[in-house]
Amino acid sequence: MQRNERNLIMSDAVSRLRRLTALILKGFLLLATALSLVAVLLIIAYITRDAFPFFKLRGLGELFKSTAWFPSGHPPEFGALAIIFGSGLVTLGAIVVAVPLGIAAAIALSDILPYRLRQTVKPVIEILAAIPSVAYGFFALVIFAPLLQNRGGSLLALASWIIALPLGLLLIFAVTEIATRSIREDMVKPARLILAAVLTAILCRSLLALSAMLSAVKISSGTNALNVSIILGIMALPTIVSVAEDSLQAAGRELREGSYALGATRAETLFKVVIPAAGSGIIAAIILGVMRAVGETMVVWMASGNAAQIPSPWFNFLSPVRTLTATIAGDMGEADQVTGSSRYHVLFALALCLLLTSFVANLISEWILRRQQRRLGGLK
Amino acid sequence: MKILYGFLIVSLMAGFLGAAEAGKITVDGSTTVGPIAKAFAEFYMKQHPGVNITVSESGSGNGAKSLINGSCQVATMSRIMKQNEYEAAVHSEVLPISFVVALDGIAMIVHPGNPIRELTMEQIKNVYIGKIKNWNQLGGPNVPIVIISRDTNSGTYETFETRVLKGEKIVKNCEYVGSSGAIRQRVQSTPAAIGYVGIGFIDSTVKALPVNNVPPSPETVKDGSYPIGRPLYMYTNDYPKMGSDLYLFVNLFLTKKGQEIIEETGFIPVTNY
Repeated sequence: MQRNERNLIMSDAVSRLRRLTALILKGFLLLATALSLVAVLLIIAYITRDAFPFFKLRGLGELFKSTAWFPSGHPPEFGALAIIFGSGLVTLGAIVVAVPLGIAAAIALSDILPYRLRQTVKPVIEILAAIPSVAYGFFALVIFAPLLQNRGGSLLALASWIIALPLGLLLIFAVTEIATRSIREDMVKPARLILAAVLTAILCRSLLALSAMLSAVKISSGTNALNVSIILGIMALPTIVSVAEDSLQAAGRELREGSYALGATRAETLFKVVIPAAGSGIIAAIILGVMRAVGETMVVWMASGNAAQIPSPWFNFLSPVRTLTATIAGDMGEADQVTGSSRYHVLFALALCLLLTSFVANLISEWILRRQQRRLGGLK
Repeated sequence: MKILYGFLIVSLMAGFLGAAEAGKITVDGSTTVGPIAKAFAEFYMKQHPGVNITVSESGSGNGAKSLINGSCQVATMSRIMKQNEYEAAVHSEVLPISFVVALDGIAMIVHPGNPIRELTMEQIKNVYIGKIKNWNQLGGPNVPIVIISRDTNSGTYETFETRVLKGEKIVKNCEYVGSSGAIRQRVQSTPAAIGYVGIGFIDSTVKALPVNNVPPSPETVKDGSYPIGRPLYMYTNDYPKMGSDLYLFVNLFLTKKGQEIIEETGFIPVTNY
């Protein structure tokens, strides 16, 4: 029998070869993993290296204290305070738009809507992420900006109704529930009805007043912080919805069934069990979405107006603003790298600011996740 | 720094190789001169099949940069090359030769519904430096002016800055836009807007205002009566070899057909056939 002669114990040579192969493959995998780390470190190193000459030439104070941004003036001024503020304002706007919408959509998709609907809706939301940012920018500039200029007031009024009406009704429902808790049983129904009717009337009256006020608002320039905030919010949506929904799903069927088995209602299960369990994933989703808004360049360059000013009052979303990313993109062309001017290095200083922001945001999210995990671990 | 020089040398070599490659011309630079370069390229490629001309528009400054680092053979510019760009070019052993291919006027444009009929140079300057904030200060309706400018990256901006603003700084609430077409788009859709574009960009969707009583037109720019006129340039590295595709391309503006193309794109030819 020939087969029995096959040696089951590897010869030294084969064994060495195998070990060597394993080592090489391991090394290769390590290299592949290290590559992204190296890329990040290199980017940080190069940006810092090119940003440093700016601080040596112009000092630290001007960039962060002055709002005068005239890189091509004689003499040039490099006050980026308004630009940093613009980035912050637009990001805040995007958060206000994207976070409530995104989280609500994620919860609806994972726990409320029927499964089959979710299977069609989620891919559609994810398509939003596949649209190139220049297409968003074009939409913002050519369609949304003129719309804001021509119908801005009525749009704002409509938006106030859409946002405030459901929230208000929910609030009224809760208030009537709580207020009628301690009265006599047979009085509960009429009392609730009357209270709800009165509160709804007040709500509608104040909403009417508000929308009348908003309708009178004239938006002179449609390329402003509001326009960009809404578009950036929409761009951040798919990330937030997708990641948050995944983490809600990951909370698992057992957890939900356990909660129901203990007698919790659907709402209690959702708010007290599922969402806390998925909390870290939801926070990660928010940070990912927000970082997308912070780093977005094309849309803000096309549709934010690029005026380097701090709006007055500071929360005036209807005035044009300029962001860090748009400034870097827009001022690169004339910034002369050959002569090593401060006009060139200031852009790297701005890039460094952006980098530090996202670095800090990542650290914070990491910290929140750790704390969350510790707390959940303690509950076990 | 050594690495940087290494990159420079490599890109320079790539540039020479690119230039030596037959039948391929890369044009980069001003968005204002872009339409002329594109029309020239289209015409030339039709006459000479096998020649491939690519035209990109990334701003005059970027055009100069591309010429210096060898990534294009022709830099289109709507302003003259600056001293430091010449210095950088010579430092990289590039000798920029300029061709004034056409003339252009910078026209002040407003929304067609705007009742303003004309502006003076002083008024334009005061609008852009923030001394005039409302259309009613110019005899128009009581609406705040939406001031729109090209980005600081563009030759049009620099011409405007030196010729109109004369070194004074643009008001902070001025909006910056990335191309001449985008300025026109913003002005035609914004009733309170004012902007400036090359006269080639004027069309029926915007209203071009006379400046100092002189309407922007080829005639007024050519005879010097329109106050904001400028030459448009193409730059090559050294004078192109006679009879080469590059030579014929950059000298196209001297031919009768070239003049027609320039007139068709809305600019003012320097020739007079």
